[in-house]
Amino acid sequence: MNIGNLMIIAISAILINNFVLSRFLGLCPFLGVSKKIDSSIGMGMAVIFVLTLASAVTWIIYEYFLLPVPQNIIYRIFHLFNTSTTPEMFDLAYLETIAFILVIASLVQLVEMVIQRVSPPLYESLGIFLPLITTNCAILGVAELNTITIHYSFIESTVHGFSAGIGFTIALILMAGIREKLELADVPPAFKGLPIAFIVAGLMSLAFLGFSGLSF
Amino acid sequence: MSLIKEFTKGIIKENPVLVLALGLCPTLAVSTTIVNGIGMGIAATFVLVCSNMVISLIKNLVPNRIRIPIFITVIATFVTIVKLAMAAYFPALSKSLGIFIPLIVVNCIILGRAEGFASKHGVLKSFIDGLGMGVGFTMILVILGTCREILGSGTILGHPLFGEHFKPALLMILPPGGFFSIGILIALSNLLQKRLE
Repeated sequence: MNIGNLMIIAISAILINNFVLSRFLGLCPFLGVSKKIDSSIGMGMAVIFVLTLASAVTWIIYEYFLLPVPQNIIYRIFHLFNTSTTPEMFDLAYLETIAFILVIASLVQLVEMVIQRVSPPLYESLGIFLPLITTNCAILGVAELNTITIHYSFIESTVHGFSAGIGFTIALILMAGIREKLELADVPPAFKGLPIAFIVAGLMSLAFLGFSGLSF
Repeated sequence: MSLIKEFTKGIIKENPVLVLALGLCPTLAVSTTIVNGIGMGIAATFVLVCSNMVISLIKNLVPNRIRIPIFITVIATFVTIVKLAMAAYFPALSKSLGIFIPLIVVNCIILGRAEGFASKHGVLKSFIDGLGMGVGFTMILVILGTCREILGSGTILGHPLFGEHFKPALLMILPPGGFFSIGILIALSNLLQKRLE
């Protein structure tokens, strides 16, 4: 576990494998909330917060509740009463999708309630974005990538979640800036609205493709 | 008669991708080849039809306040079935679709139909609605997949289409090509709908 390794994870999640522009995760809020810079900043902050938290929590759920390993907590509890149980009896890895989505949904609900109590001004600015986040595929996507596809450690997962959120926010704010200008542009009638937004996103993605030449 | 209408509305008038702009993430991510598009389309259609039917059956038992978590659990169950079946019978396809199979859970088309249609209508109508929406979604995936595979790798269903001197436009199977092709497809459908009116 060294800092350099974490930096590589962060830079590749922000620039090279940007969640929106190269992994196609979280396109609905990317196109839905990118009409004004103010609201895109609010959405970006909410996504960074939930992504970081969800990465940490789903990693713990996967490693300590679902995988059939000796540190599995369900196995440990049963082992206290019956010493003949083995970790393999508690292989719940196939439940991972259901477990993750329920954990994420309740996490978002919890965050919303805590923010509402602790800081009403923050709730005013983030509140409306939080319910939208549950069905943002970036959140479930980062959980699946951290645990199944890449298999990061706990710190790496959290850093990956946080930097994925930063990458999402950068793309969202850039897009909002362009779309505010686009309001005044003379776009062919058939391309008005969503189609031109996609073309702009394609050009941004083309620009971000340049980062794939970065090597360490 | 009205059942036919329920079926065709998902394909043309209320196409989930082109008109409602739902389910965009998997549409762009997996449409690099036709096979991926068909695989994703069938998986999503299965989940859509099954979850629509189950939700329309249990709609009177579900308390209103907790309906969304219950809907998500029903959807996640069917997604798990699809994920395990695909990993067992089509390992190559399951590998190339990657995390987008579990991500069917958060596909807005499915929760949108559950909340907007199945929780208000009967079983037969919900079944037809799910089937229509699923076919509409699959159709877009196949159209995009065909365009991107022909332009981006010069093949169709894996068979080379042009001579060996053909240089494919690699850009089309990279992420930017996905954004460009869906933008052009939506613009074309806007144009067509305007002409028809």
